[in-house]
Amino acid sequence: MSESKPVADWTTGVEAISYQACASCHSLQYFRRAFCAACGAPDPVDKIAGGQGTVYATSLVLRAATPEAREHVPYNIVLIDTAEGFRMMAHGANDLVIGDKVTAQFKRFTGRLVPYFERTII
Amino acid sequence: MSFITGVGLTAFGKHEGSSTLDLMSTAAELALTDAGLKRGDIDGFLCGYSTTMPHIMLATVFAEHFGIKPAYAHAIQVGGATGMAMAMLAHTVVEAGLAKHVLVVGGENRLTGQSRDASIQALAQVGHPTYEVPLGPTIPAYYGLVATRYMHEYGVTQQDLAEFAVLMRGHALTHPGAQFHDAITVADVMASKPVAMPLKLLDCCPVSDGGAAFVVSRERTGEIGVRVLGAAQAHTHQHVTAAPKLSEFGAEISIARAKAESGAKISDVRYAAVYDSFTITLAMLLEDLGLARRGEAAARVRAGHFSRDGAMPLNTHGGLLSYGHCGVGGAMAHLVETHLQMTGRAGNRQVRDASIALLHGDGGVLSSHVSMFLERVR
Repeated sequence: MSESKPVADWTTGVEAISYQACASCHSLQYFRRAFCAACGAPDPVDKIAGGQGTVYATSLVLRAATPEAREHVPYNIVLIDTAEGFRMMAHGANDLVIGDKVTAQFKRFTGRLVPYFERTII
Repeated sequence: MSFITGVGLTAFGKHEGSSTLDLMSTAAELALTDAGLKRGDIDGFLCGYSTTMPHIMLATVFAEHFGIKPAYAHAIQVGGATGMAMAMLAHTVVEAGLAKHVLVVGGENRLTGQSRDASIQALAQVGHPTYEVPLGPTIPAYYGLVATRYMHEYGVTQQDLAEFAVLMRGHALTHPGAQFHDAITVADVMASKPVAMPLKLLDCCPVSDGGAAFVVSRERTGEIGVRVLGAAQAHTHQHVTAAPKLSEFGAEISIARAKAESGAKISDVRYAAVYDSFTITLAMLLEDLGLARRGEAAARVRAGHFSRDGAMPLNTHGGLLSYGHCGVGGAMAHLVETHLQMTGRAGNRQVRDASIALLHGDGGVLSSHVSMFLERVR
């Protein structure tokens, strides 16, 4: 089983959201690994998501744990069901509600790049 | 067969100057005395972890400190589910014939041993280090996500959740060891400082110093026996991002397994001890376990169902929400209170009938679950 190589996405400071697709069982996974967690097949294929999704849950944070994060309060932690079919955690506009159709952008948070979802403009 | 033969619990709150080992020792001494046992009788030992005293061998550190030389000993960690997981393991160890008397201890100076920020920060690390923690979530935020979705699915309101905080505070008022002694109302909960919406300060359990312990034995040592009928677990995920469905959690799986293991039914249960780190945790777990129908747990609180004199008394010591939460010892207090109720020693908190009890612990973000049934035998 090969080591998982770094991928160019928000976790490495690049404006993109990546996920993996298994060539054997077609499962998708957001947490990157060197194997498919559903069937164990090696080397799932790295893909870049389109950035569209639906809000699954939200929690507006007003009490942060670090001085760096406190500068951003309030910030909205959201779970997004992406159009591709995997779920991810991100930041979102403070007024998002469950079921909103959203589009990914990116913002700086505590000196790092993070995905930030806003309501999709139709 | 195994029996809970002794229990010990310190007050929760501030124990300025007490270390992890101090609080563990105090609780252990109380449990030994309660069981009528001496140090030399203990041949099994289990403990959890301490965020203020991280150690790779906490069980033997404590055993040496306390003065026991067990034939079987180690620490385990399953977050908030650790206490109930240790109860289940002690039962299993005794049933397997590995030990006659297993001492189980949890304790920590979580409140005075570190800053509140450090505590919140340490706990937030249950999130995914790459995909969640960099976003700045806190434990209340993880549960806030769970809450908004559950409220959306089942029409639960913030006022509904507040009822659980009021219920637990009402119970805590009758226990001298509880961290909080001021009565609160639904309006107080609603007006309390927002933490991670929809959760406000009074929807969240506090950080506490404290310790709890119990002994699990092959034979009962007292006149009234508290027998472990059966227990089971379920572990569905670690991170909330990877949870199967925010409205269908592992508690349903673990309770189904525990029912099969013990032969007990929910209709047999007379007393309930359910993990309550946040109001949403308690609301959901009660409904997952079958102690209320979906979306109806709050209505049952309002009707007095879960009060001391109600049909299903719940966490009569005040739970994590108001007795307090010192980490591993937090949920062990639920078991201590259950034992006192089952043996008729709960004083002014005594319920009419605690002949069969259901206990449930949860760790992570509803990630790890342990359900257990206890039966009183005379």
